[in-house]
Amino acid sequence: MNRIDQRFSELKQQGRKALIPFITAGDPAPQYTVGFMHALVDAGADIIELGVPFSDPMADGPVIQKACERALKQGTRLIDLMQMVKEFRQADTNTPVVLMGYLNPIERIGYESFADQAADVGVDGVLIVDMPPEEADELGPLLKSRDLAAIFLVAPTTSNERAATICAHGHGYLYYVSLKGVTGAATLNADDVAEHLAPLRGMTDLPLCVGFGIRDGATAAEVAKVADGVIVGSALVNRIAESLDAPETIAGQLKSVLAEMRTAMDA
Amino acid sequence: MTVSATGVSKTVLETKFSELTQMPDARGHFGPYGGRFVSETLSFALEELEKTYLSLRDDPDFQAEFDYDLAHYVGRPSPLYHAKRWSESLGGAQIWLKREDLNHTGAHKVNNTIGQALLAKKTGKPRIIAETGAGQHGVASATVAARLGLECDVYMGAEDVERQKLNVYRMRLLGARVIPVESGTRTLKDAMNEALRDWVTNVDNTFYIIGTVAGPHPYPLLVRDFNSVVGREARRQSLEQIGRLPDALIACVGGGSNAMGLFYPFVEDDAVAMFGVEAGGDGVETGRHAAPLTTNAPRGVLHGNRTYLMSDEAGQVSDTHSISAGLDYPGVGPEHALWKDVGRVSYVAANDKEVLEAFRELTHMEGIMPALESAHALAHAKVLAPTMRPDQHIIVNLSGRGDKDIMTVAKIDGIEF
Ligand SMILES: Cc1ncc(COP(=O)(O)O)c(C=O)c1O
Repeated sequence: MNRIDQRFSELKQQGRKALIPFITAGDPAPQYTVGFMHALVDAGADIIELGVPFSDPMADGPVIQKACERALKQGTRLIDLMQMVKEFRQADTNTPVVLMGYLNPIERIGYESFADQAADVGVDGVLIVDMPPEEADELGPLLKSRDLAAIFLVAPTTSNERAATICAHGHGYLYYVSLKGVTGAATLNADDVAEHLAPLRGMTDLPLCVGFGIRDGATAAEVAKVADGVIVGSALVNRIAESLDAPETIAGQLKSVLAEMRTAMDA
Repeated sequence: MTVSATGVSKTVLETKFSELTQMPDARGHFGPYGGRFVSETLSFALEELEKTYLSLRDDPDFQAEFDYDLAHYVGRPSPLYHAKRWSESLGGAQIWLKREDLNHTGAHKVNNTIGQALLAKKTGKPRIIAETGAGQHGVASATVAARLGLECDVYMGAEDVERQKLNVYRMRLLGARVIPVESGTRTLKDAMNEALRDWVTNVDNTFYIIGTVAGPHPYPLLVRDFNSVVGREARRQSLEQIGRLPDALIACVGGGSNAMGLFYPFVEDDAVAMFGVEAGGDGVETGRHAAPLTTNAPRGVLHGNRTYLMSDEAGQVSDTHSISAGLDYPGVGPEHALWKDVGRVSYVAANDKEVLEAFRELTHMEGIMPALESAHALAHAKVLAPTMRPDQHIIVNLSGRGDKDIMTVAKIDGIEF
C-alpha cells in the first residue's frame, strides 16, 4: 500500500485530519531541506509536499516565487530533490513525501526516468500544477505502475463534470484550491470551501485536502472541520524568507508555526 | 502516439502538408505539441473561450463584424508592395512586402486583437488584460479596450518598459495601465507569467487577450485564424499582381503570429517555400539568442503548451537575448514546432547585426522604416534573394513599422534626444 493511503487510513481510524506542510526544496539552500523536513514531521506533519523550484512558477504568488529564485540561485535541481528524499528516508520511512512543481523539469529528465528515480528514492506522490488529467495520459500510467500517486487539483471554477473526470484520474488525495488566485493570496472563506467540497464527497472516496490561504492555527482548524487535510505553504515559506540572515533558526520556527496549527486542528 | 528519443512522433513524420490545415485536434494538440497545460482554475475559462469561439468561427454575422472592423478600423487590405530598388540592389529575386506596418496601430498584432475583442464583447467581460514585449500587442489591446470602453491592464517586462518607452506612453494615453514586471528575466515571458497570475485571480470578470500563437488551447488556434487574413490577402494579391503564387515567403518568428498569419493560407501550396526567421541575438553560436527552433531546443512545457523551449538540463527556462523585444521569447507557438518537424517551414536565425543592416537598407532604399522584429525577416531576404533568379518572387511580411524602435537605433548610433 502506498504510504499516502496508509497515512489517511490511520488518520481516519484516529478521527484526525491530515496536516500537510509545503516547502520549496533548496530554500534558502539545499543543505537545509532534509533538516526542515524532519522538523516538520516533529511538529506534526502527516505528509510533506516538497516543492520543485521552477524558473516560471505561474500559479504561485510572490512568496513562493521568491523561494524558487533562492533555491535556483543555489543550483537546486530536480535530481537534487531525489537525493534529499533519499536522505530523508534514511531516518524516516513512514512519512509520505509528495513532489510538487511544474512539468518542464520533468519533461527534461524524461517521464520514464523521472518515475523510476522518484520510486527508487521513496517518493509517494506527484502533483504537477500545470498538468491537468487531460494531459497526463503519458505520465499517469508510468506513475501508477510504480505505485506513485498522481495528485490533481480541483478549483472553485471546476465544473462538476470536470471534477468527476479529475476524481477518476486522481490518487492519494484531491487538492482543493480554496480560492481563485495564486498561492499566498489573502482570504479563505471556510463556508465557501465547505460548499464546494460537498459535491466532491459524492464523487470520490479520495481524501479531500484544502490548500491556498491557510495562514495560522485558526484558519487551519476551521478548514479541518470540513476537509480531510489542510495544506500550508506560504505561511511557512514566509518564515524562511524572514530569517535569511539566520538560517540556523529556521527549522525551529517552522516547527513552532506548524505545531500551532496541529494543536488548533486537534483541539 | 509513439514518441521517439528526439521527441518527434511517428504520426508527425507521416503527416502530409495538406493535413496540417486540420490541426489542432479537438484537444488543442498539433501532433505532440500544443495542449492545455494550465493550473486547474483556468480550465473553466479556457473551455468557455473555446466553446464561444467554435460557435462563432463559422458564424457569418461574426465574420462580417470582424471583416468590417478590419476594413474600416484597421485599414485592410494592406498593400503588397514591390520593393523594386532593393530587389535590384540585391541582384536576385523580386521582393514584395506585405505592408502590415500600415495597419492602424502599426503592426499585424491588431488583427488578432480586434478578433479577440469581439470575443470579449460576446463573453461580456468588462476588463481586458494583455502581455506585451515590444509593446505593439499592448498598444493594440489598449486601443480596442478604449474603443469598447473596457478597462485594460497590460503586463510588460521591466526591461521592455525601458526599451520601448514610446509604446508605454502610447498605452497610457489610450487609458491602459502598464504594469512593469520585475521578476525573472524582466522580459516577455515574465510578463506572460504575470498576466496568467492576474487571470487566475480575476477570471470571473477578465478576458485575457494573448498576443501570439502560443499559450493554452484555444489561443494558438484563434490567434492563427484571426491573423490568417494576412496570408489570404497576400495569396490573392500575389495572383493579381505577380500573376502566380510566390516562390517563397519570409516572416519573423517570436511567438510566431505574423508568420502563422502569412503562412497558413499557403500550407497546401507545396511549391511555395517558407522561411521563419528567429532572433539570433549575438549569434546562435554564442548561446545569447531567442531561436528555439533554429537551435533545436529540447521540447518543453511553458505557458500552457508543449513546444520547442529553450531550457537548461534541469528544465529551467533559459534567458534569451534579442535586440527586438517582440522576439525575445524562449518558446514558440506549437504549430510552428510541428511545421518544423514535418519540414513544411525552414527556420533560420538572423543576428542583431544583420538585422540592423537590413533595417538601415530598407529605410534608405525604399523609404520604409521597419520594426526591428520585421527586420529579421528582411535580413533573411538579403540572404535568400541573391540565390534566386530575377523572375522569382519572395513575399516578406513587414509585420510592423519601426517608429517604436527609433530610440534603440539612435542609442546604437550614439545619439541622445
Ligand atoms: C512588429 C512585430 N513583429 C513581430 C512581432 C513578434 O510577434 P509574432 O512572432 O507573434 O508575430 C512583434 C511582437 O511584438 C511585433 O511587434
